Amino acid sequence: MKLTLEVWRQRDAASPGAFETYEVADATAEMTLLELLDRLNDQLVEQGREPVAFESDCREGICGCCGVNVDGRPHGPQANTPSCEQHVRSFADGEVVRLEPLRSAAFPVVKDLVVDRSALDRVIQAGGHVAVDAGTAPDADTTRVSYETAEMALDFAACIGCGACVAACPNGSASLFTGAKLTHLATLPQTRQQRGARAVAMVDQMEHDFGPCSTFGECAVVCPAGIPLSAIAAVGKERMRAFLRGRAS
Amino acid sequence: MTDPTTTRADTASCTPDDVRTLGTPVDGRVPDVPAEQAWDDRRLHYPLVAPANRRKFTVIVVGTGLAGAGAAAALGELGYDVECFTIHDAPRRAHSVAAQGGINAARARKVDNDSVHRFVKDTVKGGDFRGREADAYRLGQESVRVIDHMNAIGAPFAREYGGELATRSFGGVQVSRTYYTRGQTGQQLQVAGANALLRQVARGTVTLHTRQEMLDLVVADGRAQGIVVRDLVTGEVRAVTAHAVVLATGGYGNIYCKSTLAKNSNATAAWRAHRRGAYFANPAFIQFHPTALPLMSQWQSKTILMSESLRNDGRIWVPARADDDRAPEAIPESERDYYLERRYPTFGNLTPRDVASRAARERIDAGFGVGPLKNAVYLDFADAIARLGRETVVARYSNLFHMYEQATGDDPLSTPMRIAPGAHFAMGGLWSDYDMMTSVPGLFVGGEVGWGYHGANRLGANSLLSACVDGWFTLPYAVPGYLAPLLGTRVLPHDDPAVLEAVEAVHARTERLLSTGGTQGPDRFHRRLGEILYRYAGVTRTPEGLAQGIAEIRALREEFWRDVRVLGEGAELNQELERAGRVADYLEMAELLCVDGLDRDESCGAHFRADHQTSDGEALRDDTTWCRVSAWESPAPDAPDARFVRHDEPLTFQAVPLQTRNYA
Ligand SMILES: Cc1cc2nc3c(=O)[nH]c(=O)nc-3n(C[C@H](O)[C@H](O)[C@H](O)COP(=O)(O)OP(=O)(O)OC[C@H]3O[C@@H](n4cnc5c(N)ncnc54)[C@H](O)[C@@H]3O)c2cc1C
Ligand code: SF4
Ligand code: FES
Repeated sequence: MKLTLEVWRQRDAASPGAFETYEVADATAEMTLLELLDRLNDQLVEQGREPVAFESDCREGICGCCGVNVDGRPHGPQANTPSCEQHVRSFADGEVVRLEPLRSAAFPVVKDLVVDRSALDRVIQAGGHVAVDAGTAPDADTTRVSYETAEMALDFAACIGCGACVAACPNGSASLFTGAKLTHLATLPQTRQQRGARAVAMVDQMEHDFGPCSTFGECAVVCPAGIPLSAIAAVGKERMRAFLRGRAS
Repeated sequence: MTDPTTTRADTASCTPDDVRTLGTPVDGRVPDVPAEQAWDDRRLHYPLVAPANRRKFTVIVVGTGLAGAGAAAALGELGYDVECFTIHDAPRRAHSVAAQGGINAARARKVDNDSVHRFVKDTVKGGDFRGREADAYRLGQESVRVIDHMNAIGAPFAREYGGELATRSFGGVQVSRTYYTRGQTGQQLQVAGANALLRQVARGTVTLHTRQEMLDLVVADGRAQGIVVRDLVTGEVRAVTAHAVVLATGGYGNIYCKSTLAKNSNATAAWRAHRRGAYFANPAFIQFHPTALPLMSQWQSKTILMSESLRNDGRIWVPARADDDRAPEAIPESERDYYLERRYPTFGNLTPRDVASRAARERIDAGFGVGPLKNAVYLDFADAIARLGRETVVARYSNLFHMYEQATGDDPLSTPMRIAPGAHFAMGGLWSDYDMMTSVPGLFVGGEVGWGYHGANRLGANSLLSACVDGWFTLPYAVPGYLAPLLGTRVLPHDDPAVLEAVEAVHARTERLLSTGGTQGPDRFHRRLGEILYRYAGVTRTPEGLAQGIAEIRALREEFWRDVRVLGEGAELNQELERAGRVADYLEMAELLCVDGLDRDESCGAHFRADHQTSDGEALRDDTTWCRVSAWESPAPDAPDARFVRHDEPLTFQAVPLQTRNYA
């Protein structure tokens, strides 16, 4: 099938960008969105034009590298699916598809469809870790963790760090991302010790780089890891808890 | 700067003697005590560095996967000054994140008769006696606290209803020692490891450099003393010097182009280190995963892996009649061939990966393949659903089923999955001694870039373990042992001739790639290289095929340097340039891979040579000649008629006596 692609081209962070229009005449239904870009790039190279820069790595929905806006929607038309698992079968023959980078003030464009998402790691660096050094951990079987608790922690630990939630949010909030990590670590008994200090540090850092949450809920619709919307409530709750207790734990 | 364009004697019918010579043996420096005591003994003998002196040592760690993040974090925790590099924009993205199935540990809590010794036996036997027994022991012994540690730093392992850690069993073993978190074990371990790394970044012990690619190794006075990196955003090339260098850059399975690895997985760091003198061990040992998705179209970018855990409940079959075009549901039980259960009644669908892959390939090549391209076999859950109920099966595999449905549009609950062998895991890697140090002093390896544990075939769930053990519990002992005598020495200054030469070599290479001005992008060469390798160095190999592969790879490499087209510039984000550099290295490495396969005149593990098999198609090992590691040195690519040099490390087995692998 034939698709017309309007692709955002931008040389680097300092240059202005613009859409350029290309046609891929031999797209097939089983191609992924990123394989469509591979196809386009092969064609561009053949014509002596610079290929489109875009990020991907695992191509199976787990590394969080990929992420483009498709007709304004982070990752693509299919809900809760990363760009690498979006398929051409979602588009109609002859359709015009607009591809741009994930848009957010916190994610400056590096080139074409590639953005800088390091603000997310700054949130983790501020407190999304556990103060246990190699070799000092107790036996993992001595602290019992109920099946339900482990499963709940996993629901929130599933975040792949793609940043689509931020790009989907009209305010550019990273609450779903931050709340997911806070809930994951607050749920497990073995990582609860720094619960208060962690909440304060992570939320402060989050507010430094990202916008506020107005509970629009757009984030949970695009999130490829299916992080529950309740994660955003954890942001305020965990910080309030830390404030009321006034302790690191 | 060496010139890779010149091809050596182009002999499609070459013999090992045409392409290699024999060098002096290498010493694995395994402690001279019984294998189970080796690690205790070695640790006792490592010199120590006092806490106050540790920050005087700079250690470079390349890679932030389980091995790299673990090593960098642990060395940082101890107080060393660590410089850590990754090509990714964030440490969490390393391909360890994609592992699904689980991580083994010889905790032996159940009464299913597991033990460290049994772990070693399974690992050594699974590797077909081509790995180091003492390394396998260390792996088993350290496995216990790996689980404790990863649990403590936030990996939410699956739990039983009683609250204890849950386990399951994996291909090639009869006990239940695999720890897991749904189908996301790698992700949960990787994120926990990356977060621990970021904790050290926050503490200031580790400096993290994202989007930086190591393109060369600096060797001075016979020691690894730094690396050359390219900033992938600005294109700046610079050297970083240190007292020691740890490579944790992952495996090279992506050399096959269509593989279960990530698009950016590469062999460049390892290959550049090899070119600087680090021997390459057993490059032909590459595992083909039996449960990957088959190729369905030309533009398919990889063969996604479906976790092996599916084989716990899925039954593998093909139609009993060749070229049977009926839908799977229309084929009655009596006309199906459950070939694994038929050939290997004890292990059935859980035979080790190489056995399962070869059996699948055999059926496909014999015309029994299924699917539109007849390149797959069925993995069927109908019996499991009947036995356990739909709900249980869904609970076990929901995300894998979802992933399959995403990729193919088919629902595995209503029709069997189609699977096929895909290039997956590199057992081969940079050769290292028992201390994880390569043949270049000061250059260490950890994780899949190394070689030692898995012999000629890796057991499922043993490599997340080896990456974790190397990173958290081996390198933090071994690296300081190397550093201690260097106290008081400074890192190499940036105007040292060795540094200048390495930086210049990278510039020249980049320049050459950009200025070749040909007509084909690097991806096209990569795809063709992959086809050559699948054809001649795939699941089954022959000497004639490998010789042909060598000739075709040389021709393709020559064409590459004549006709590659790399658009864009050097001083910017240029993904085409990145790809071109990696493919250029693959084109060199692929030749060595085939040379090793041609040279190793036996079948062992994943290296199956059609000319060495029993009458019923089983691998025939040759322990008299080949119970050893081939550690390769490559000639400069511009040296005409130069041959690869093979250094041998003999392997001895004390605790697990040599025996024929038998899974029947
Ligand atoms: C799909 C899949 C599923 C798997 N499932 C399992 C499983 O269930 N159980 C199991 O035990 N094993 C599994 N494995 C194998 C296992 O995941 C890997 O062997 C292991 O994770 C490798 O870890 P690593 O730290 O060595 O490398 P990686 O995690 O690959 O990390 C490599 C790092 O090196 C960096 N890097 C690479 N090149 C350069 C360079 N030139 N310069 C700078 N940085 C560089 C990368 O950025 C990355 O940070 C699986 C593998 C795959 C592909
Ligand atoms: S919460 Fe979801 S959308 Fe946001 S970064 Fe994590 S996986 Fe991506
Ligand atoms: S490429 Fe890894 S999540 Fe899409």
